[in-house]
Amino acid sequence: MTTINATINTALAKRSQITYGIVLIAVGLFIYLIFGLNTQAGLQTTYGTNLAGSQALPIPDIVVPAQMTVMIMAGIAVFFGALQLARGVRSTGWLIGILAATFVIAFLTWAAQGKSFNLTGMLSSSFVRATPIALAALCGVISERSAVINIGIEGIMLMAAQAAVVAATVTHNLYVGLFAAILIGGLIAALHAFLVIRFKVDQVVSGVAINIFGAGFTAFMSSRFLQKSGDLLNNSGVFPTISIPGLAKIPILGPMLFENNIIIYLMILLVIAMHIMLFYTPWGLRTRAVGEHPKAADTLGVNVYLMRYVNVIIGGIIAGLGGAYFTIGSVGRFDEQMTSGKGFIGLAAMIFGKWNPFGAFTSSLIFGFADSLQVKLQILRVPIPSEFLLMAPYIVTMVILTGVVGRAIPPAADGQPYEK
Amino acid sequence: MTGLLPIDVGQIQLVGEAIRHTSPRDILERGVAHIPEDRQRHGLLLSFPIHDNMMLCTYYQPPFAKGVSLQQKTIFDNAEALVKQYDVRTPNIYVNASTLSGGNQQKVIVAREFSRPIHLLIASQPTRGLDVGSIEYIHTQIIKKRNEGVGVLLVSSELDEILALSDRIAVMYKGRIMDIVDANKVNKEYLGLLMAGIHPSETPKAKSSAAEKVF
Amino acid sequence: MTDKNKLKSKTPEGIGGGSLRDAIRVPALAVLTGLIIGAFAIIISGANVFTAYGALFVGSFGDPVRFFTGFQQLFSTGETAGLLKAIYPFTESLVTATPYIFAGLSVALGFRCGLFNIGAEGQFFIGALCSAFVGYSLIGLPAYIHLPLALLGGAAGGALWGIIPGYLKAKFGAHEVVNTIMMNWIAFKLSDWLLNGPMKASGFRPVTPTVELSAQLPRFFPDPIRLNWGLILAFVVAYALYWFLFKTTLGFEIRSVGANPDAAKYAGMSIVKNLVLVMAMAGGLAGLAGSAQVLGVDHWVGQGFSAGYGFDAIALALLGKSHPFGVVLSALLFGFLRSGATRMQSMAGIPIDIISIIQGMVIVFIAAPEIIRWLYRIKNIKAEETVLTRGWGK
Repeated sequence: MTTINATINTALAKRSQITYGIVLIAVGLFIYLIFGLNTQAGLQTTYGTNLAGSQALPIPDIVVPAQMTVMIMAGIAVFFGALQLARGVRSTGWLIGILAATFVIAFLTWAAQGKSFNLTGMLSSSFVRATPIALAALCGVISERSAVINIGIEGIMLMAAQAAVVAATVTHNLYVGLFAAILIGGLIAALHAFLVIRFKVDQVVSGVAINIFGAGFTAFMSSRFLQKSGDLLNNSGVFPTISIPGLAKIPILGPMLFENNIIIYLMILLVIAMHIMLFYTPWGLRTRAVGEHPKAADTLGVNVYLMRYVNVIIGGIIAGLGGAYFTIGSVGRFDEQMTSGKGFIGLAAMIFGKWNPFGAFTSSLIFGFADSLQVKLQILRVPIPSEFLLMAPYIVTMVILTGVVGRAIPPAADGQPYEK
Repeated sequence: MTGLLPIDVGQIQLVGEAIRHTSPRDILERGVAHIPEDRQRHGLLLSFPIHDNMMLCTYYQPPFAKGVSLQQKTIFDNAEALVKQYDVRTPNIYVNASTLSGGNQQKVIVAREFSRPIHLLIASQPTRGLDVGSIEYIHTQIIKKRNEGVGVLLVSSELDEILALSDRIAVMYKGRIMDIVDANKVNKEYLGLLMAGIHPSETPKAKSSAAEKVF
Repeated sequence: MTDKNKLKSKTPEGIGGGSLRDAIRVPALAVLTGLIIGAFAIIISGANVFTAYGALFVGSFGDPVRFFTGFQQLFSTGETAGLLKAIYPFTESLVTATPYIFAGLSVALGFRCGLFNIGAEGQFFIGALCSAFVGYSLIGLPAYIHLPLALLGGAAGGALWGIIPGYLKAKFGAHEVVNTIMMNWIAFKLSDWLLNGPMKASGFRPVTPTVELSAQLPRFFPDPIRLNWGLILAFVVAYALYWFLFKTTLGFEIRSVGANPDAAKYAGMSIVKNLVLVMAMAGGLAGLAGSAQVLGVDHWVGQGFSAGYGFDAIALALLGKSHPFGVVLSALLFGFLRSGATRMQSMAGIPIDIISIIQGMVIVFIAAPEIIRWLYRIKNIKAEETVLTRGWGK
């Protein structure tokens, strides 16, 4: 069997090698034709590095000649594409990175030619916008590591968001709102776990039901109560930005990482904590065992059902935190459908991150970047209709999901109910 | 050989015709029957009635179909006849295949595969998990096909079964065919050593004297 | 032979054994329980349950008193106005049910092949836009050409929207749940652009121009009754889908792939072909839903046109056990419920979203029949056959 597999693998590898090479060259040509030729010679693009109101030490802006930069990017892409076709580059991760980097740099340089464009601001905004996606992804990771698929993250986040803002407004205390969000998240996840583990409801169906119910319930409460009594129920204020002294002074990175509100800091801590928990504690080992081979774990004395319940509920708590971001961490009020599919994008980030906390986090950053990119592009008045830019995160999700999912391997028992 | 995986190297010669690129349907149409290893996952639609399972490979051909339209009466008659012929124990042909016992499920698969003209039968672990009566029945059917001139490729890990049924035996170890031997010239110990990767030509390397005795 | 006939009459195809009465029992109880929970929601929001559900009934079926006076008026003066007003709620319920039938069939077809078509929402919208485009941009065509063309356009648009995630799933194993949801959001943004730009009629509102008369689905009664041929088309399509799924070779393949893709593959069926075909057809059906709504009822498309049809359709398909006839019945039920809920909203102030709450519950109960069994102490309920959760890869 192994020799057969080896031969098939080399055939497939050869085909993917050629594909990557061609794609890289095609992108390089695209950059040249669409961006390069459309960049006026003599214009410069200014990448602003200083953010107003930030504690970071000011440094001079990065100014580049627009057309030359774009051409260089095109050149790099074509070069690596040719290299891939001829010799084959070792790591496809690097190739994807080069592909993305050249395209994005060329795109930004072209879009902002002759103008200035706040790079630090965009990085900071990417990080912030990545937060709900990352939290959704983390919820997915911990749930699916114990082999329970949770599609209902979107619904959980909606309900947590609404609970957070209402609780915070009524008690004039944002932390109560935060607690409410976490509580709701945990409860709904517990319901999902109960349906899926005890009654063996199909996990996808349960998740979709939670989404439908969540959307309907929050819309119901919103029209019935929130819209009429906005000030009493839907006006909570937002968590303040906390700057970490010292670290916030670092230029470019400082504002991005160290000048955020508490939810975002919690997100970073959770990524690290989950990584440690999953891979360095006995608990994490049991969780992963339950996800890969529940039968074996069971015979060794691990309580499969309990592990799954706890993990899904923890995931729900994290998703609740994600929901809180939308209201008390961002705008201070609830609007219907305000999660706009971030729950699902979080799932895509989870898959792209190969079910690892850090991987999910990095993928979320990419999605956050796409999200903040379209806002910036609207400000720059790029000649693309704003609606198409708004589509970008969703198209990116689809592309990534399709390109990666064949190779990303979920926990072996993912999605299968356990029969003792 | 069942068309499920693409051919990397070499080709198949079936009744004198060389086949290189193929699909499961193509292989089936050329007269190959396949009894899969996992009868419940790969051989049957458990949630479908028996009569549907009886025509799983031929549903699109006349007389089961006229163009796109399924001919219910033909399907039912076919199933009734096969159930009787192969002695499948079931209250009727309308119940789901999941209600059958392991042995009877295998009989359905055998009935289905044998009910069309075939040149080659590929049977993978055909009697795994079956009771003695069913095992004997399947063995009889396989021999019958062999006597009709059908080529039979039996894949099995039961040495008794292999020695009882086969004319020639090929032993594989780690993806490699170790040797192809005549069935009446070997015994279980010989096969066992081949299965462990020890070839008679390598006897000097084999440390145990038991190996020397066998070879 | 009598044995066979007896069994056939008791075993509608595709419901998986058991009698018709058993098949209906769980869905009926699920709806009942959903309504009870809905009643709790009504109580929480401070309204009177009887007023609310009373308004629901009148909104769905009509006021019996009005029927009486309407007939009286007809017989005495020959005037139909009163009678028309009396039957208006009933016909409106049928009108509301029409797109549900199509959309429910779309999701049900997907389920039969093991695919979760959450994209019905986006496919609906795209289909509506395509139909509207054919409807308003071609002038001077006779109705017997224009109308089918417009319907076809809608189906094609929806099919395109469905085939993209279908192909991605078939070739790359990308899970259709996330991809169809993404396609929904893309459809919404695309329609935003189209309605504010190329497809915008003159004026301020982001709506398309009105569809030509020659492309409109004819109505049965004079205004204000909106009941039109779309309903008949829906019934015809439902029957056609039934025939396709259970009486043809292609339908057999689709159901086999849905029940057990491994065995189907071993038996020679092409998984890729079937997945793509089903998503295309499902998309086409959802697109037809949009078409029927545009060409039969509104005659123009505006923002928020699809307003939840796709998600309702999921509950429908589950309730109807993914069988075309079950879907028709469930669609009628939901149509009546929704139609009545609008009146419930205006009379008793209950937001129409309560229907979504009821739906979410219904889905859960259908997917977990054991809950119903535990609640109502019934024995012997079989779980759903379709397995939708196959993990994220191939």
